[in-house]
Amino acid sequence: MSRSLFKPLLVLILAGLAAMVLSVGTGSVSVPPGQVLAVILGEGSNLQQTLVLELRLPRTLSAFATGGLLAVAGALMQVLLRNPLADPYVLGLSGGAAVGALLAMLAGLGGMIVSGSAFAGAMLATLMVFGLAHGTGSWTPSRLLLTGVVVAAGWGAVITLMLAISPAQRLPGMLYWLMGDVSYARSPWPALVLLFLVCLLVVPLGRSLNVLARGPMQAAALGVSVRPLEWTIYILASLLTATAVTMAGSIGFVGLVVPHMLRLVLGNDQRLILPACALAGGTLLVLADTLARVVIAPEQLPVGVITALLGVPTFLYLLYRSR
Amino acid sequence: MNPLRAKELVIDIPGRAEGQPLDFGVDPGQIWGVLGPNGAGKTTLLHTLAGLRSPRQGEVCLGEHSLTELRRRQISQQLGLVFQDRQDGFPATVLETALIGRHPWLSPWQMESGEDERLARQALDKLDVGHLGDRLVSTLSGGERQRVAIATVLTQAPDTWLLDEPTNHLDLHHQVSVLELLTEQARSGRSVFMCLHDLNSAARWCDHLLLLYPNGDACWGPAERMLVPSALERLYDQALQTVEVDGAPLFVPKKAR
Repeated sequence: MSRSLFKPLLVLILAGLAAMVLSVGTGSVSVPPGQVLAVILGEGSNLQQTLVLELRLPRTLSAFATGGLLAVAGALMQVLLRNPLADPYVLGLSGGAAVGALLAMLAGLGGMIVSGSAFAGAMLATLMVFGLAHGTGSWTPSRLLLTGVVVAAGWGAVITLMLAISPAQRLPGMLYWLMGDVSYARSPWPALVLLFLVCLLVVPLGRSLNVLARGPMQAAALGVSVRPLEWTIYILASLLTATAVTMAGSIGFVGLVVPHMLRLVLGNDQRLILPACALAGGTLLVLADTLARVVIAPEQLPVGVITALLGVPTFLYLLYRSR
Repeated sequence: MNPLRAKELVIDIPGRAEGQPLDFGVDPGQIWGVLGPNGAGKTTLLHTLAGLRSPRQGEVCLGEHSLTELRRRQISQQLGLVFQDRQDGFPATVLETALIGRHPWLSPWQMESGEDERLARQALDKLDVGHLGDRLVSTLSGGERQRVAIATVLTQAPDTWLLDEPTNHLDLHHQVSVLELLTEQARSGRSVFMCLHDLNSAARWCDHLLLLYPNGDACWGPAERMLVPSALERLYDQALQTVEVDGAPLFVPKKAR
């Protein structure tokens, strides 16, 4: 099996790098692909240095990290719930983060506090959904999903309420946050490091996840300690989602569509799917962000709109083609 | 091998008063059959013996150790369980499904090797589903799926087999070949403990029987002692007629007039 793991990942790594070079080179002043590398290595004019290293590269890396985190979080939740519909957005985690962020914006706070508040909101939403769905018995996938959907609807109402009562000058910022916007992102490094660590962690956990995908009883009969594994996935997925929404607002669709597209093409070995999700999710968001910057330049579109517009037809096509 | 032993075991069935505690051991080479009407707790008993449910009272041991002292991985290297129903949430091929039987034997960092794949293919061939290796399990018939599930446990190679209605969905020929496979496993020193619906299969293939009554009563022992028509009639609340074929009893339900 190891041979079949290697090739798809190599292809995805190359695609990711190509997307990043394209993204860094594209904009009001374009930098040809050959020069992008030279500039990163310390050559090129001052303007190019500032443009690439200080403006575009951090944003591109943030987009990559966000997309990767969301896709991996979605894939993990789908295994946990054994339900292809699970994703951070559907389960209301993004909604909780949004309420946190908007509260901070409504209070006129900015920057770090908005991020911190979004993170707190995402964690609160996770606790609520999984705590309520756990109830007195155990997590049943359908109850968890339903709880998530209902809680997400609740967050939606709170968001609408906050938009309705907030002063007009704060609205654009809030709306951009809601639709997902990578330009808010600060340093991409913590998120990238987290993404990398999770991909490493998945290697030893991967086969257990494959077995868990066949149901908790079957997994336990084959020697998986189901409870500890479920908690690990749950905490990881929440942490990944919270980090991603904190960086770039609520970007829907990546967590749902990327894992599915990859499963349709690559099968369902989590040892392959999870790193592939990190790469493909990242690449998708880098491309979407590049498009968002250039389509109506110098204005920018929210990247969430682009991910949806790109993802929906691709997904439907793959679904139509699949057996 | 460490034989499976139930010690003063009362299975936990909601709403049922304390039943009779079960106390038996499944020794190497033995084939046990569990008989009982619907809802008597056959599946619950099997899951309790596999450590997937806690008993209300008593304990289940593998050799010297209680299941609660063992790690899941250690248990799964000795006990295999064929479930009655399976969920396939995500698509998987037949070969991938058989390969998960190797899970208890591989360390977290290990990938499945060619040797593991060979074992899985061998098990699939043995159950006559080797030619379906690349098919998705969800596209198979019920009987084929059942055989894939048994092949998965054959790949797992446990000392003690627990099976929940292993002949479900199988045609006559495959019923016989599965029961023969289990007999072969028992002859090579393993042990088999299975729930069965078919009284006659149990009479024919099992050397020990456990009768589980819906009120929690139970009795167990060598098959020839348990196959008493009056006890079986009480078990199923069904009048039976006994005929003899090749010197062995065959039970036929009496028609209500």
